[in-house]
Amino acid sequence: MSSLVLPDVDPTVLARRDRIVTALRGVVGDRWVISDEDELRAYETDALTAYRQMPLAVVLPGSTGEVSRVLALLDEEGVKVIGRGAGTSLAGGALPLADSVVVGVSRMSRALDIDTANRTIRVEAGITNLAVSGAVDHLGFFYAPDPSSQLACTIAGNVGMNSGGAHCLKYGVTTNNLLGLTLVLMDGTVIELGGQYLDAPGYDLLGLMTGSEGQLGLVTEATLRILPKAEGARPVLVGFDSSADAGACVSDIIAQGLLPVAIEFMDKPAIHICEDFAEAGYPLDVEAMLIIEVEGSQDEIAEQLEKIIAVARDNGARHVREATTAAESAAIWKGRKSAFGAMGRISDYMCMDGTIPTGRLPEVLVKISEICQSYGLGVANIFHAGDGNLHPLVLYDVNDPVQLEKAEACGADILKLCVEVGGCLTGEHGVGIEKRDLMVHQFNPTDLDQQMQIKTIFDPQWLLNPAKVFPLEGRPDVGKSRHHEAA
Amino acid sequence: MADLHPGDEASVEEAVRAARSKAEPLEISGGGTKRGYGRPVQAGATLSLSGLNGITLYEPSELVIAAKAGTPLAEIEAKLAEGGQRLPFDPPRLNRLFGGDPDKASIGAIVACNLSGPRRIHAGAARDSLIGVRLVNGRGETVKSGGRVMKNVTGLDLVKLMSGAFGTLGALTEVTFKVLPAPETEATLVFEGLDDRQAIACLSDGLCSPWEVTAAANLLGAGGEPARTLMRLEGFESQMAYRSKALAEALTGYGAADVLRGADSAARWAAIGELEPLGPVDGRAVWKVSTTPGAAPGVAAAISNAIDARLFYDWGGGLIWASLPAQGDAGAATVRAAVASAGGHATLASAPDEIRAAVDVFEPQPEPVMALTRKLKDTFDPDRILNPGRMYAGV
Repeated sequence: MSSLVLPDVDPTVLARRDRIVTALRGVVGDRWVISDEDELRAYETDALTAYRQMPLAVVLPGSTGEVSRVLALLDEEGVKVIGRGAGTSLAGGALPLADSVVVGVSRMSRALDIDTANRTIRVEAGITNLAVSGAVDHLGFFYAPDPSSQLACTIAGNVGMNSGGAHCLKYGVTTNNLLGLTLVLMDGTVIELGGQYLDAPGYDLLGLMTGSEGQLGLVTEATLRILPKAEGARPVLVGFDSSADAGACVSDIIAQGLLPVAIEFMDKPAIHICEDFAEAGYPLDVEAMLIIEVEGSQDEIAEQLEKIIAVARDNGARHVREATTAAESAAIWKGRKSAFGAMGRISDYMCMDGTIPTGRLPEVLVKISEICQSYGLGVANIFHAGDGNLHPLVLYDVNDPVQLEKAEACGADILKLCVEVGGCLTGEHGVGIEKRDLMVHQFNPTDLDQQMQIKTIFDPQWLLNPAKVFPLEGRPDVGKSRHHEAA
Repeated sequence: MADLHPGDEASVEEAVRAARSKAEPLEISGGGTKRGYGRPVQAGATLSLSGLNGITLYEPSELVIAAKAGTPLAEIEAKLAEGGQRLPFDPPRLNRLFGGDPDKASIGAIVACNLSGPRRIHAGAARDSLIGVRLVNGRGETVKSGGRVMKNVTGLDLVKLMSGAFGTLGALTEVTFKVLPAPETEATLVFEGLDDRQAIACLSDGLCSPWEVTAAANLLGAGGEPARTLMRLEGFESQMAYRSKALAEALTGYGAADVLRGADSAARWAAIGELEPLGPVDGRAVWKVSTTPGAAPGVAAAISNAIDARLFYDWGGGLIWASLPAQGDAGAATVRAAVASAGGHATLASAPDEIRAAVDVFEPQPEPVMALTRKLKDTFDPDRILNPGRMYAGV
């Protein structure tokens, strides 16, 4: 564990462990409470593996009612709660605390109701992102947000982090595709927000919940918008001699009134790593590459790609490969989609997630490279260029404490740069534990205080995922948790 | 009633702090064109934001525009049109309901009321395009949330919370939107003579097709005119030729479709967004009902069977605009009962002050949600200075 500071462990909670575990078993049944050290190990971290912490216990409720009773019990006991979907957070959003109980929604994974005429699906929150699209695929529909981890990540986590993906330039992120939620508050109260209709009434609590990183409540069900699939989709791959040319190409495409469904960027190190792994046929002699995908009928696709290729050539593209078959399309995407896995084969990495105004792309890429050099660390850049959401992968050795510390400092410098140029710390991964202490670079104390007051009304004791999002310093004094007799 | 005219954000802070120290509530206004929307506010003074005027950022290649909250919507739309772009959500003026000069409608009011037009069915609501806000809360503090980039999950999303809060959580000072390229052209398919259920089925089939229907409305027959069921497509000229043909063929079961092209199509949707199908609304109360499209004909029938109503459907049927006599409860009991059984919510968008003071304007919320609503108000505006009671009594 690095220098990260976690909230004080409450020894009275640790002392009551047996009582708490027994009470949880009473709610969900013995087999759905994990307290054995070996089994708990699976929950000690998420996709930000640099940080690990064993929780007090893990509970896997099977229904909204059970989640409600579990939270009411833990609220009464004053025990911290970490909500968990599939544990794919790259920001440490699901990292446990020693005195916390992890509440996982993985058992609640059914699609409950599919209504194509009204273009909605009702799901339990533990369903995976890809399973939502899978449930409606045969009907000609899909669910638009498509984070890279979509095979594993859950709707609960997607709501928690307002997940995006490669195609959100056209289709928006989770908050734009969510119609309703069943939500359990820390005291066990179950509330319904929105439903199978547009524009939920009252204050936009759906919007507030989305991206709230498990700070306000636990999501158990969701009503999502599903969309009819396009007639077809096809990418073109274009390579450039410089990142600046690629960046200018992105701006020009948008300025021409074209709106591809995805514009993905990879720099030279990323291209090489992905090509080694996926043999996607990427050009190895270019400095930067874009994958640009458009949708429509065959004629529409051809017309749009022609315009895009013309813009690319005007910006100095010297490698252009248009997919003409489904197999070629799949090959182009295969490299990109396996990028994080491919990278993991050659090095540990920290995946940054800042967003910048797209016009600042060329200068930011230069500065990222300079920052990484100054720490003596390698970097590969892969990101959603259309919306300015950067994913620099800072390469380091996880077993070398000095390198870990350097990587963290390097990542922090990159994210500060994103804020300086008018962007933000996180586009889709969330603040989690990773960027908690950087929040002061984006928000002043008044901004943060307003957010924390909202946190407090939902969670008066600050029991929900309390190590995350808000810097430890400057938090409201929520009073000492109630006194409990040690068991 | 005193009228405060701050010229900048610091003066807004000062005005709110002064009002708070006097315990004198403020009614917030922009261009003054939406004051009839929501419950009447008992205020000691009006806080006019029309002095906060001007586009502060426009980057066409980044699809982003920011403006001070009092900037006229017309000015923003004109600026975007120069860049071949637009606000995706079709913001309406609604001056037929609220009077006033449509050119004065401010962008802040669009956000505060979360107003979206026919394209909402495809491109999302005002709140979906809104990516950044600055606001002055009821303590006279400026708070910012979001920013100028379209992907941002840094901290709690107060941007969404501001949209549709009717100024009860903060006086907006600056708003930032994601914008989109305006299409080269548009075309609208018009089917005639369908009954409500056939019409909604037709709209659903269109919206379930791959040709990206960007607006879908059904206008009831009246005065010898047949019912008309309309669907809009937008894009490049060549695309429109292909898509309108493909869509018409897919929907031949609903009859032959006429096609409106270009400006004719645009004019038709502008009229629908401004509620012209409701006819004259003087002396009428107008309800806005959001429900599941499939349930909408039942809701409409329940209202029409009980009351002399004029209504039409937008958003694929999921939005019903209904004009009812402005008498008694303006049909509140009937409308709310119809919505309660179908799922959804209803807003009394316009009615005389005395009716809006007497009946719930917004859909009553279950107590746990109302409790959160009151507590949220506490965090932004503990002394109830900003538009108190505009949405709910005591909020």
